[in-house]
Amino acid sequence: MKVSMKVNGTAYEHDVEPRTLLVQHLRENIGLTGTHVGCDTSSCGACTIIVNGETVKSCTLLAVQCEGAEIKTIEGMATNGELHPIQESFKEKHGLQCGFCTPGMVMSSWQLLDRNPKPSEHEIRHAIEGNFCRCTGYHNIVKAVQDAATKL
Amino acid sequence: MGDLIGKSVKRVEDNRFLKGEGKYTDDFNMQHQTFAVYVRSPHAHANLVSVDISAAKAMDGVITVFTGKDIKDAGIVGSICGWQVDFKNGDTMKEPGHPILAFDKVRHVGDAVALVIAEDLGTAVDAASAVEVNYEVLDAIVDPKAAVLDGAPQVHDDVPNNTIFDWELGNKEETDAAFENAHHITELSYHNQKIVPNAIEPRAALAHFDSNDDKYTLYTTSQNPHLARLIIAAFVLSIPEHKLRVIAPDVGGGFGSKIFTYNDECGVLWASKQIGRPVKWTADRTEAFLTDCHGRDHVTDAKLALDAEGNITGLRTKTYASLGAYLSNFSTCIPTWLHGTLMQGLYTTPAVHVDVTGVVTNTVPVDAVRGAGRPEASFCVERLVETAAREIGMDPAEFRLKNFIPPFDGVEQEGYQTQVALQYDSGNYEGALKKVLKNANYEKLKEERAAARSDGKLMGIGFSTYVEACGIAPSAVVGSLGARAGLFECAEVRVHPTGSITVFTGSHSHGQGHETTFAQLVSDKLGISTDMVEISHGDTNNIPFGMGTYGSRSLAVCGSAIMKSVDKVKEKGARIAAHKLECNPEDLEFANGSWNVKGTEKSVGFGDVALTAYVPHDYPENEEPGLDFASFYDPTNFVYPFGAHICVVEIDKDTGEVKIVRYIAVDDAGNIINPMIVEGQVHGGIAHGIGQALYEGSCSMMIPVNC
Repeated sequence: MKVSMKVNGTAYEHDVEPRTLLVQHLRENIGLTGTHVGCDTSSCGACTIIVNGETVKSCTLLAVQCEGAEIKTIEGMATNGELHPIQESFKEKHGLQCGFCTPGMVMSSWQLLDRNPKPSEHEIRHAIEGNFCRCTGYHNIVKAVQDAATKL
Repeated sequence: MGDLIGKSVKRVEDNRFLKGEGKYTDDFNMQHQTFAVYVRSPHAHANLVSVDISAAKAMDGVITVFTGKDIKDAGIVGSICGWQVDFKNGDTMKEPGHPILAFDKVRHVGDAVALVIAEDLGTAVDAASAVEVNYEVLDAIVDPKAAVLDGAPQVHDDVPNNTIFDWELGNKEETDAAFENAHHITELSYHNQKIVPNAIEPRAALAHFDSNDDKYTLYTTSQNPHLARLIIAAFVLSIPEHKLRVIAPDVGGGFGSKIFTYNDECGVLWASKQIGRPVKWTADRTEAFLTDCHGRDHVTDAKLALDAEGNITGLRTKTYASLGAYLSNFSTCIPTWLHGTLMQGLYTTPAVHVDVTGVVTNTVPVDAVRGAGRPEASFCVERLVETAAREIGMDPAEFRLKNFIPPFDGVEQEGYQTQVALQYDSGNYEGALKKVLKNANYEKLKEERAAARSDGKLMGIGFSTYVEACGIAPSAVVGSLGARAGLFECAEVRVHPTGSITVFTGSHSHGQGHETTFAQLVSDKLGISTDMVEISHGDTNNIPFGMGTYGSRSLAVCGSAIMKSVDKVKEKGARIAAHKLECNPEDLEFANGSWNVKGTEKSVGFGDVALTAYVPHDYPENEEPGLDFASFYDPTNFVYPFGAHICVVEIDKDTGEVKIVRYIAVDDAGNIINPMIVEGQVHGGIAHGIGQALYEGSCSMMIPVNC
């Protein structure tokens, strides 16, 4: 099936197998490997991206469901190589170790701060509960989101 | 530059991770690559009656399907056990084979029975489901204590009573006497449950065989690419080692589970030669649960003997440790040498005896997971101590302080010789505990607890203190204990002609931040900017033979190898500088990136010396050009960090919900290079521990815990 979408501002059109997951499409057809796959149960959140302004786990959508969609992935967060303030805060507060969950974590944080610019610690923890991190214990991730909230 | 030790330098690796530009194994692709899927057993224990691959093989897009018979006919054995732990009576440890694909029976859920290779992943998945396997289901054994009983299901025909080894450490007679004379005995029986490592990046492999020069390339999720190369080349596939290149690129967490050379990756590499095309395999999360080595799974009876004054006089444990269905690379040393040796804990206990029986069960193989054996020891000792204190009505902190080994600095006072083989280098255990008591305001906490309880609420204050044997490990020592590998580390410091540096390390970074901390070390010692230093790791074609990252060893062992190389750079650099300055090397001092003639203004910079080393027109006689040194460092002892943690917990009486109200940690990590990174490691370790305490566990067996 034909599917077209705009990813990080660039239009793409591909012929895909109907069962192709959106995350597979992004990684394998479009070549954006920053969106990761950590599970097969929609649990881990490593594949979180933004579709039409909403964060979604891209392993839960088929590519063909996103016909005409505007998509933003982690590769679209920095501008001309400069980190987005959320990315900066993750670096500043050491909110990442191995980096595998980080793209999804940054995208979920973006959605939270877009909707709620001054979240409480509880709201931050609630917002990222769909994103697993095995390295950091979340402590510094929460600090990073708090820090980002002061910059945005 | 300079004065970088102890600074929270922001991580250089973060930019690529934050931009989604890290390169993990599954991010790599090769031209003409194929996709592999393993067919896995849904049964814990079953005879393989038949494996019918005809329908799968006939599907469009399927390249081939391999079965256990193919592997067996090819004479390929599976991965190996790297540590020999023999029976008490001297009999050799049992070592049942671990075929890459099962051919006679399956021994755990997830055991691989066929390997499907297709043009695309979807086809491979479809074909895997078309492989028809006829199983004759057998009774399974999952309880390590019951596994040794006569009549228990036998996992391997050549392992009677499922017993791989039995092992002891300490002095049995003295410990028996301590218990005979005890005023009070504390007893615990518990199951330290089987846990799943669950790095967020699943294991993956991309394998290629180049028939033009008979060379294999394997991209894989490894904490130690050289160890993987050695095991695959020398033991599994019989490839000349120089014909195999292993690349462990960015790795999304390991926690021990990516130390091991798994059969799955070996099978994919073998298959790439058979079909003459690259083969890619990436585990899904279900496979990660079913095939990444698990941790812990100890069924333990433990006892602590006290005299009338509350002094600990003896400690005795009997543990049945499951190794799972097959012996993973370091499975045998985890419940023995990495567990029994820490049973002294931080206490002066004069008599200790540890008895461990290693058994196979119909479960996923067990090996190192975060801490590996040592957390099991800490849990045992600390639960005994905590319980004993409560039983005799003494404050648990007071009881610990009463029984701690007194402070020793390892310089003025000798290291502390334990009853279980180790000699601790230095320690101030009461210092750590007193500090955490102060930080927590323990007296106030006790008042809060009393008030909460009088209000009918459940509030508790938990302690754990610990010492660990880290910086693994002195090769000769571990060799005498059965290790089949050395545990040194290597580092090459290559100074380029323009004065920038690449450091090649055997240690592999998968979250630990080596690219930052190692650069800090080199920059600090050579007085050059961290921008001028890059750390390279993970590719066996680039780096000298290194042993990788595990056992809290990277800074202690690899950092020392780096320092040896840096010292060599400085020594040679001084000879070149002396030539340029027309003096003797002894007349020079090195500071702020320059060699200076003592007492004068004359100096030459690091960059000038580097350039001279590679453009040696005016050069010391008999000096080789170049400024590039590799060093191997083999430690003389383990290092022994220690600490004291307090966890304050409230439990909802109605729902049972546990809430951690406060967590206060004091850890002695020695000289800290980058406090931000160390704190991050502590956070992650605490979260992993809380995970095991409250949330995690493989449910193949749930034994009631009475402690």
